[in-house]
Amino acid sequence: MAVSSPPPTSPSSSEPRPQARWLGPLALLAPSGLWLLLLLVLPTLVIFQLSLVPNIRPGDVVNPSGLDNYWLAFNSTNLTVIVRSLSLALGTTAVCLLLGFPVAYWIAILAPRSRRNLLLLGFILPLWTSSLLRTYAWITILRPTGVLNTFLGTFGLPPLELLNTSAAVTIGMSYSFLPYMVLILYSSLEKLDTQLLEASADLGAPPLQTFLKITVPQALPGIAAGSLLVFISSLGDFIDPELLGGASSMTAARLIYNQFLGQTQNWGFGSALSTILILAVSIAIALLLKYGDRDAYRS
Amino acid sequence: MLQTASPNTDLAGREAEFDVELRKVFKVFNGETAVRGVEFNIRRGEFFSILGPSGCGKTTTLRLIGGFEMPSAGEVLIRGQSVNQVPAYRRPVNTVFQSYALFDHMNVRDNVGFGLRLKKMAKAEIQHSVDEVLELVKLESLATRFPKQLSGGQRQRVALARALVNRPAVLLLDEPLGALDLKLRKQMQYELTSLHQDLGMTFVMVTHDQEEALSLSDRIAVMNDGRIEQIGSPQEIYDAPKTPFIADFIGDTNLFEGHVEEADESSLLVRSQAGLDLAIERGESGADVADAPRLDRGSAVAVSIRPEKIDLHLYPPETSVNTFEGRLIQAMYLGTHVQFTVELSNGATLTVRQPGSGSERIALGTAVFVSWSPSSALALSR
Repeated sequence: MAVSSPPPTSPSSSEPRPQARWLGPLALLAPSGLWLLLLLVLPTLVIFQLSLVPNIRPGDVVNPSGLDNYWLAFNSTNLTVIVRSLSLALGTTAVCLLLGFPVAYWIAILAPRSRRNLLLLGFILPLWTSSLLRTYAWITILRPTGVLNTFLGTFGLPPLELLNTSAAVTIGMSYSFLPYMVLILYSSLEKLDTQLLEASADLGAPPLQTFLKITVPQALPGIAAGSLLVFISSLGDFIDPELLGGASSMTAARLIYNQFLGQTQNWGFGSALSTILILAVSIAIALLLKYGDRDAYRS
Repeated sequence: MLQTASPNTDLAGREAEFDVELRKVFKVFNGETAVRGVEFNIRRGEFFSILGPSGCGKTTTLRLIGGFEMPSAGEVLIRGQSVNQVPAYRRPVNTVFQSYALFDHMNVRDNVGFGLRLKKMAKAEIQHSVDEVLELVKLESLATRFPKQLSGGQRQRVALARALVNRPAVLLLDEPLGALDLKLRKQMQYELTSLHQDLGMTFVMVTHDQEEALSLSDRIAVMNDGRIEQIGSPQEIYDAPKTPFIADFIGDTNLFEGHVEEADESSLLVRSQAGLDLAIERGESGADVADAPRLDRGSAVAVSIRPEKIDLHLYPPETSVNTFEGRLIQAMYLGTHVQFTVELSNGATLTVRQPGSGSERIALGTAVFVSWSPSSALALSR
């Protein structure tokens, strides 16, 4: 043959050895992985184990024996509490979205670029105060002889009985979580290519059509992420329902608190409720990841 | 003259001859004047280009027609109707944006059908129109792709289809080919020309690429610093630029600053600042075009000579008019021609372009003579 054989090559000389390929990522993930394992995964497993023991109190021997605690969680009284928690969280999410979107839109698109950071800072400033303090402020505002009713009274309007209602809880939680919603929506709207809005107008869309057909779809990942964050935070919020809700608006988070630190002292039932909440939130996230992945077209 | 199916009439009841008219239009942004008294009329069916360097106000002018900016003073008319109070979404024009501005949450078909859906057209009709226009821009096979899955050239076609499908009175093109590589740009230039011919639609294109403007347009408006310096056919702009700026911006030229030393009916003698005496023949095209200010003894002028109009000699030519001695300092082979840089004895440099295969090589540093005919030079008043 006229063609000389190719020089011998060593096939693996340029590639790292197999074990070296996963050593790097492992080293990077180890610290946070260990953290998560010790402080999230193990406690969750302990809670799951506790949830299988009926009527366990501090000091009792852990002896898993069945699903009784779960059946308890779904009796009519406790089911009402879970449904109330979910609807309060949904309501808070809706309020935050409706109030937060115009603000984020204004800061991200309409306000002068040089002022944006200042405006944003002004909006997240409340986050720097203690959440307990903010909730007490709402008590001062909402109580029967509070700021709101004094204000209404000066105009001859009848007083509103808001404190110790679900409305007060929704107001308090919306106030607490609105800045997070605004921040997430802002970062999403800030990336919006305003030339798309011009293109939409160019093709004959009046402002409202442009908003519905271009702005909202473009901001959808932000809307989903912000809503999820507010929903999860509201579902787990304890302070606002406890201080603003009164006896009438018992929520899952308060019920769990009572099982561990309140008078009831039933760790098994508290653990079962916790497991149910964790499952509910996980399912919500999973659904969002599966069906809400509007980023697919961006790849 | 091109007739459209639905003739628009102006207030006097005449059919409007122009698709776009700008009357003394100004645009001021935060105290900065971007457009200063721009006036032009664009005829129906014309391919009209606005050409100028970046920051000259050409894109702002296009946005004033599209309705994305409203004039600070003056009037914009489309088909004889003032549109000063008409927002973009009610104007009978469509734009191909420089960055294409495709909706990345919709596929190609939905992008193109966007305008028609807003007009509440029947579904079957939309489907038909979209298919038709996708075929026109050769994108039938990519109808269900998303913009992110397309190449630059394909996105350009989607942007074009999305505008064309609405059958606008005027198609506005903002640097439409700016983001494409050279080969694709040439191809799209060809396709734009044939689209324009087939559709008979009025095209208004903004570009900074003089070659693109020259090769595509029926007429060109050259803008500089917010003003229009000249409007004319590509040939007029190239052969008879009215200002030194245009002579320099359109194609390459050699400019000599100076003043008129002698002037009579048929010729001018200009003395350059470097002391060269330049003879210029006054013609119908070129120096002293009708509306240029009269050039008399003492007028400050710039003399423009295109590189391809200059002859290069190794020995003194027979004539001494416009003949200067110099030294070859650079030679560049450019494919179809060779470009020489000659340093004259007074230190000025001249660019000379000659068709050639590059076979006759002249060594750098060689003493050479340059000359040109008095009819090839233009005197442009300063």
